[in-house]
Amino acid sequence: MNNEQVIIFDAVSKSYPLYHHITGGFKNFLFHFPRAVSQMKNHQYEALHEISFQVCRGETFGIIGKNGAGKSTALGLIAGVLKPSKGTISVKGRVSALLELGSGFNAELTGRENIVLNGVLLGLTRVEVMHKMEEIIEFSGLGQFIDQPLRTYSTGMMMRLGFSVVSSLDPEILLIDEVFAVGDMEFQKKCMDKLESFKKGGVTIVYVSHGMQTILQTCDRVIWIENHRVRMIGSAQEVVSSYVDAGL
Amino acid sequence: MRSFDNYRDLITVLTHKEMKVRYKSSVFGYCWSVANPLAFAFVYYIAFKIIMKIQMEDYTLFLIAGLFPWQWFGTSVVSAPMIFLANSSIIKKVNFPRNIIPLTTVLQDMIHFLLSIPVIIGFLFIYHRTPSLSWLYGIPLLLLIQLIMTYGAALLVSSINLFFRDFERLISILITLVFYCTPIIYPETMVPEQLRALIYCNPLSPLIVSWRNLFIHGTLDPAALAMGFAYSLVFLAAGHLIYRKLSWKFAEVL
Repeated sequence: MNNEQVIIFDAVSKSYPLYHHITGGFKNFLFHFPRAVSQMKNHQYEALHEISFQVCRGETFGIIGKNGAGKSTALGLIAGVLKPSKGTISVKGRVSALLELGSGFNAELTGRENIVLNGVLLGLTRVEVMHKMEEIIEFSGLGQFIDQPLRTYSTGMMMRLGFSVVSSLDPEILLIDEVFAVGDMEFQKKCMDKLESFKKGGVTIVYVSHGMQTILQTCDRVIWIENHRVRMIGSAQEVVSSYVDAGL
Repeated sequence: MRSFDNYRDLITVLTHKEMKVRYKSSVFGYCWSVANPLAFAFVYYIAFKIIMKIQMEDYTLFLIAGLFPWQWFGTSVVSAPMIFLANSSIIKKVNFPRNIIPLTTVLQDMIHFLLSIPVIIGFLFIYHRTPSLSWLYGIPLLLLIQLIMTYGAALLVSSINLFFRDFERLISILITLVFYCTPIIYPETMVPEQLRALIYCNPLSPLIVSWRNLFIHGTLDPAALAMGFAYSLVFLAAGHLIYRKLSWKFAEVL
């Protein structure tokens, strides 16, 4: 591990206006115009408040905290799909994300077509994806299901496909949001082995989980987010034991 | 950051996906894009030629030459409100240029339009006419103008609809209005003299009239062409302005 910082959060805040006023449509918005405008201006939902941390290349960085603490927002900010309201974020390298199940996939397309779709979305060309195709299918262990539309897949199978795609397409920064739990024992072990080889290969991993055991096993450092703020940053051992002591 | 090759593949893969998701298969999609304007042509033929007895020669050919290009614009714009919503799972996950999604929708409808040109040729032959050599430069020119215009409109509509989800209903009403204000089922020459200038306030009018004259007579009016091009740039600019203002919030509202 060297000390080049690939992810830098500098006093990052993220707040959302209450979008339901407008997503309800023009009609709603106009009928409740004064209230809608004042609420959108003054009531913002703050998902993260002045978060700062750095992740070095090749490090495995854990994010823990209660549901709704802001962990997924942090991942979205790293992935670049969200913009911070305040503060600056710098991310160096291609980000591959393994977020909620089935995200990034289309239910009508077959497994094979979804692999191509995900590959080009991540920035590869079709030829590059084709070269990896057999490897991905092999790793997923999906067999003939690979040519079936995704809507016929079980959650475990979707996770298999998702992880196989992301892990085979040379990630530089890998974001993982608690998805392994739905895989069977055999595939979970396969994933863990793969993560281990990524760590050796210098891939930066950001890992969100509620499983303290896995966090302890895989992460070098951990950030604990509570109530949208940083409660603690430190070595995995340190943070996890205080988290457990806090009885959460 | 992304290479040109990646952009090209992104567009081809997404266009293919769009086709598959919307029509289940490309053959079905093609049939739809041909059958729909043909059915409308049939209805208008009955209503205006047989019942209202409009005084026009080759009215069926006239209808078809205008309805096919309209079909492209209409389908793209009517389906635009839903396209970001339908792709929410990739928008929330990967950071890629989101305007590629409306572009692929429009390209897909353009491909269907291109594939339906042989049907127009078939009707030309029925009416003892032949395609003209001017098609060789006329079709690419008009394609470009309509592509820019439709893409701009689709970008505008799809971006706004993410924030105001009932925009979709407004659009379906608006598109019906625009259809009847465009000289598709009637020739622009039948519009009363004092209203004729008004017809050209509709951005679709110069475009559709140009397509029809090109298909039937093989002529291309430079003035109409220039007007259509100017309108298409306005659409593109408006679409991009709104998109640039809103696109970074897409993942928040989805």
